[in-house]
Amino acid sequence: MNAPVKTPEERQAELQGMGDSRLRKEDARFIQGKGQYCDDIKLPGMLHMDIVRSPIAHGRIKNIKKDDALAIPGVHAVLTADDLKPLNLHWMPTLAGDVAAVLADEKVHFQMQEVAIVIADDRYIAADGVEAVEVEYEELPVVMDPYAALEADAPVLREDLAGKNEGAHGPREHHNHIFTWEAGDKSAADDVFASAPVTVSQHMLYPRVHPCPLETCGCVASFDPIKGELTTWMTSQAPHVVRTVVSMLSGVPESKVRIISPDIGGGFGNKVGVYPGYVCAIVSSIVLGKPVKWSEDRIENISSTAFARDYHMDGHLAATEDGKILGLKVDVVADHGAFDACADPTKFPAGLFHICSGSYDISAAHCSVKGVYTNKAPGGVAYRCSFRVTEAVYLIERMVDVLAQKLDIDKAEIRRKNLIRKDQFPYTSPFGFEYDSGDYHTALEKVLDAVDYKALRAEQQEKRNDPNSPTLMGIGLVTFTEVVGAGPTKMCDILGVGMFDSCEIRIHPTGSAIARMGTITQGQGHQTTYAQIIASELGIPSEVIQIEEGDTSTAPYGLGTYGSRSTPVAGAAIAMAARKIHAKAKKIAAHLLEVSESDLDWEIDRFKVRGNEDQFKTMADIAFAAYQQPPEGLEPGLEAVHYYDPPNFTYPFGIYLCVVDIDKGTGESSIRRFYALDDCGTRINPMIIDGQIHGGLTEGFAVAMGQQMPFDEQGNLLGNTLMDYFLPTAVETPAWETDYTVTPSPHHPIGAKGVAESPHVGSIPTFTSAVVDAFAHLGVSHIDMPHTSYRIWKKLKEEGVQL
Amino acid sequence: MIPPSFEYHRPSTVEEAVGLLSSLGSEAKILAGGHSLLPMMKLRFAMPEHLVDINRISELSGVSVVGDNITIGAMTTENAVIADPILNEKVPLLPEAAKLIADPQVRNRGTIGGDIAHGDPANDHPALALACDAVMTVVGPAGARQIPASEFFLGTYWTALNDDDILTAITVKAFPDGAGYSYRKLKRKTGDWATAACAVVVALSGGKVSHIRITLTNLGPTAIRAHDAEAVLSGQAVTDELIKHAAEKAMAICDPAEDLRGDVEYKTAMAGQMVQRAIAEALSRAN
Ligand SMILES: Cc1cc2nc3c(=O)[nH]c(=O)nc-3n(C[C@H](O)[C@H](O)[C@H](O)COP(=O)(O)OP(=O)(O)OC[C@H]3O[C@@H](n4cnc5c(N)ncnc54)[C@H](O)[C@@H]3O)c2cc1C
Repeated sequence: MNAPVKTPEERQAELQGMGDSRLRKEDARFIQGKGQYCDDIKLPGMLHMDIVRSPIAHGRIKNIKKDDALAIPGVHAVLTADDLKPLNLHWMPTLAGDVAAVLADEKVHFQMQEVAIVIADDRYIAADGVEAVEVEYEELPVVMDPYAALEADAPVLREDLAGKNEGAHGPREHHNHIFTWEAGDKSAADDVFASAPVTVSQHMLYPRVHPCPLETCGCVASFDPIKGELTTWMTSQAPHVVRTVVSMLSGVPESKVRIISPDIGGGFGNKVGVYPGYVCAIVSSIVLGKPVKWSEDRIENISSTAFARDYHMDGHLAATEDGKILGLKVDVVADHGAFDACADPTKFPAGLFHICSGSYDISAAHCSVKGVYTNKAPGGVAYRCSFRVTEAVYLIERMVDVLAQKLDIDKAEIRRKNLIRKDQFPYTSPFGFEYDSGDYHTALEKVLDAVDYKALRAEQQEKRNDPNSPTLMGIGLVTFTEVVGAGPTKMCDILGVGMFDSCEIRIHPTGSAIARMGTITQGQGHQTTYAQIIASELGIPSEVIQIEEGDTSTAPYGLGTYGSRSTPVAGAAIAMAARKIHAKAKKIAAHLLEVSESDLDWEIDRFKVRGNEDQFKTMADIAFAAYQQPPEGLEPGLEAVHYYDPPNFTYPFGIYLCVVDIDKGTGESSIRRFYALDDCGTRINPMIIDGQIHGGLTEGFAVAMGQQMPFDEQGNLLGNTLMDYFLPTAVETPAWETDYTVTPSPHHPIGAKGVAESPHVGSIPTFTSAVVDAFAHLGVSHIDMPHTSYRIWKKLKEEGVQL
Repeated sequence: MIPPSFEYHRPSTVEEAVGLLSSLGSEAKILAGGHSLLPMMKLRFAMPEHLVDINRISELSGVSVVGDNITIGAMTTENAVIADPILNEKVPLLPEAAKLIADPQVRNRGTIGGDIAHGDPANDHPALALACDAVMTVVGPAGARQIPASEFFLGTYWTALNDDDILTAITVKAFPDGAGYSYRKLKRKTGDWATAACAVVVALSGGKVSHIRITLTNLGPTAIRAHDAEAVLSGQAVTDELIKHAAEKAMAICDPAEDLRGDVEYKTAMAGQMVQRAIAEALSRAN
C-alpha cells in the first residue's frame, strides 16, 4: 500500500527546522533528574579532594602543619605549594598572560585562596582533614580599593612579579598595575571635547558580582598509570582549550588527555577558566594513580571562582545644545583581584569594552582601561556577556541618559537623534568595529508604541505632582548593541588558539545523522537548535539528528561556549559543513537520476529534476546510495567537517523599556513592566530564544537589584552564601514581555547573530535607568547599583522624599 | 559544608528523649526539622556530639482544641500550620505568617517548636507567640511545666529551656470574636529572614480598641512586645495620627543589629513602616 503523498507544508513541518519552536531535547532528562553532572560520576577506587583555604585576604604563610590531618584514618595525602614545586606546578599560567598560584606559595592574596589540599577516602574524611591542617599566617595590610592600590606607598601585592616592568599587555607603571589598554583616537576626542558646546561627566561603579551557576565547579580526574592516559570530567565551558592547557602543564601528550564536559548546570562564564581545584585533582590522580574527585561547595564557588565586572568608570560625552552627541571619552580602573585571570582574547585585556560607543553615531571616541591588582579573588569573566560588553553598554546607556537630563531632552528623543540609521550599515564605529546590520529606529518606535510611552510619561508626571503619592515611578529605556561571536582569528585567540569553531556531520546510511561540535551546551539547548539548522540545510528531520559535544576525544576542536559565540561561530560551522554534504548529495542525486547537477532543484528534503516533478531523490535516498555505490570520482560515505573562522563579529541589538514603582516608605521597588525587544537576526527556535531572554533578563535583574559582592576593609567577603547572595526566585522575578524584529547578519551563513547574552547586557542599564528616572525630577542623574531597598531608602532619605 | 561526625539517636517517646538528653549532657542537641541546626553544623559553628531526633515522637505534632485553648504540638511543621483548619479559623495570624517563613522546602520540615526553641530573634514565631499570648509546655527530667511566651525568650539563642528540656507544645487562645490581625514582614527576597517585621492582633468594641497586641521580629536581641505602642491605641478610636504615634513608640524600643540587611537607622525606620502597615491592615480586618 502506498503511503499518502505528503504536501510540501507537511514535509517542511516534519523537519522541525529553523523557525520551529520544537521542544528542548535536553529537558526530558533534566526534569526527571536524569542529568549526569560531574558530581554524579563515580569511579571504582575514587578518592576525594577538599581544599584548605585562607581565612585572611593578605598574609605570609609562616608554617603549615599537616601531621594531625595525616593522622586521620582515611586521609591519603596533604599537599601544599612546596609539594608542587618540584613538578613546577605551584603556579600556572592564566588565560590573560599572568600567572596564578595553584596553591598559595609563601603568601596568600585573597580570602579563601587555596592553600593546601587533602585527599581522602571520602568527602567527609577529607573535610575533617581540612579542619585538621593548621596554617600559621603573618597578616599583611589588605588592599581592597583599586585606586588605593595604585598609590605610591601601597603595599606590594605580587612579590612574585618584583622587577617585572613589562606585563603581557605592555609596560607596568606601578607594582600593583597590570596593564593600561587604550582604543580610539585620543587627540580627535580631545579636540571635540575642547570645542563642544555641552559636555557631561559621570563616575559610576559596575560592582563586582558573581555568575553563581546552580552547579558549582568540580571535576573527576582519572590517570591510568598503565596506559599513561588522563581522563578528566570537568565542569568546563571550553573542554578543548582545557585539554591543551592540561597537556602543556602536565607534560602528558594532548593525544593522551581526554577532557569531558558532561551535563553542566549553568556556566555564564564562571566555568571558562582553569581553577586550582582542577589542577590539584589532576596532579593528585597522576601522583596517586587513582581517580580523584573534587566538588566545590557554594561558599567556595562564590568566594574563589571567577567573578565578573568590578569596573570603576568615568564617562564623558560631548554634544551640541540640541543633543547630538559629538564625542565620547571613557576612563576605567578595573579591579582584577589578585591574579589577572580574565578570559578575554589575548589582544584585548579589557575584552570588547570598546563597543562602548553603543548604538550611537559618534564621530570621535577614546577609552582607556587600567587593570589593577587587589586582595580579591581573580576572575573577570563574561558573566553572560561577551567580554566586558555589559560594562560598555552600561557606560554608554547611562551617559546618554545623563546627557538627556542635562539638556532636558526626553530619553527616547535623544536616542532617536543619535541612533545609527539603517542606511548607515555596515557602520564603522569610532573604535573600528564594523557593525554588520541593524534597524534601530524601527525597533525603538515599536517598543514605544507597544507600551504607550506618552501615557506612561503622563502618569509619571501626575505622581510627581502629588506629594502624597506612596510611590515614585520611573521609566527606564535602553537601546543597546551587543558584539558577539568572537571571533575572527585575525583578532581573537585564547592562549594563541584562534577563536574559530567547528562541526563534523555524519549522515548514516538510513538517513539519520550525528553532528559533533567544538562547543558545549550549559542550558542553551544546543542539542535542540543545532539539529534544526541541519534539518533546514539538509532536509533531515531534527528528531533523527543527534548532537554531541564536550568530549575532546570525539568532538572536533572548538573554543567552547561563552560570549554568545555558539550560534554565530559554531552555528555557522554547522551550516557550512551541511553545505559541503549538500553539494556532495547533489552529485549523487544527479548520478541516481541520470541528469546533470544543473537540472536539479532543491526542495525541503529532496532534489527534484526541474520540469519533472515526479523525479526526485530525498536526502534519505541519497544517504543510502552514498554508502552503496557512489558515482565515479566520489568517495563513499556522506560526511563533512568544517572549521569556521568568522569574517566579523555579529551585532545583535535590542530596545528595552522598564517601568518601576518605588515604595517611598521602604525603598522597595516593583518592576511593573519590562518590555524587551530583541533583534538577534535569523531566529532558529523562538521558544528557546524566549527562554534565553527570560533567563538573561532575570540574571540582569539580579545584578542590577542586588548581586554586589560585599567586602569589608579586611577583605572578608560578607555575603558568600545564598542567604545573602541574591539569586531571584520565581517570586521576585518580574513578568517579562518579549518582542522582536529580524535583521539578519549579512555575513553569517544563516543570518543568525546570537541572543543569550543580549538580555543580560541590555537589561542591567535599563533597571538603573528606571530607578534613576524615578528620582530624576529631584535632579538625580545617576545612582550606582545595586538598587536594593536599603540603598534606595537611603536615597529617598537623602532627597527628603521618604515617607 | 560538612559537619564533623556525631552520634544519632531516635527516641520514640518524650520520656526516652528527656532521658537521653539528661544522660548525654550539654553535648547533645535535639534535632527537629533541622533547618536551623543543620546549617550551623555544616558550617561547623555548632558541633554537637549527639543528635536526638524527635521526629518519630508522634504525640509531638498536630493541633487540638480544648475550649478556647488551642494546642499546637512542637513538631508541627510550618506547612501543617499553614494547612490546619483549626488554626485558620481561630488564630489565622499563625498560618498567614507561616507562609512568609523561608521557602516551601524549609516549611515542609521546619517546625514551630524548633523555630521557637532556637531563640533566634530573626525567627518569626517568637513574635507571633507573643502576639498570641502563647504558653509553652516544657518537659524536663522533673516533669512538665508551663512558661508564658513573655518569660520564654531571654536573649539571642537563649530561652528558658534547659539543656535537658523539650518544648512539647505551644498553647494559644482563640482570637476574640471579630479580631483583626496582620503580619507585615519586610525581607530582601524569598527565604530571607525579616529586615523588620510586625505582628498585630486587634479587636474593637464600639469602634474602640478593646484588645491589642503589637510585637516585633528581628528588631532586638529577642522578639519584642511593644507595650507602649499598644497603650497608645488601647481604648481609642484609631486615627492615622494615633497609628503614627504608636509606630514611634514601637521604634523607640527597637535595638536591631546592623548587618547586610541594613544599619540601625534603616531597620528602625522599617520597624515604623511595618508597625503602621500591620496596624492598618489588622484594623481593616477587624469588625
Ligand atoms: C533558607 C532558610 C530560610 C529561613 N527563613 C526563616 C524565616 O524567614 N523565618 C523563620 O522563622 N525561620 C526561618 N528559617 C528557619 C526555619 O524556620 C527553621 O526550620 C526553624 O528556625 C527551626 O526549626 P526546626 O524544626 O528546623 O529546628 P532545628 O533546626 O531542628 O532545631 C533548632 C534548634 O532548636 C532546638 N529544638 C528544636 N526543637 C526543639 C524542641 N521541641 N525542644 C527543645 N529544643 C528544640 C534544636 O536543638 C536546635 O538547637 C529559615 C531556614 C532556612 C534554611
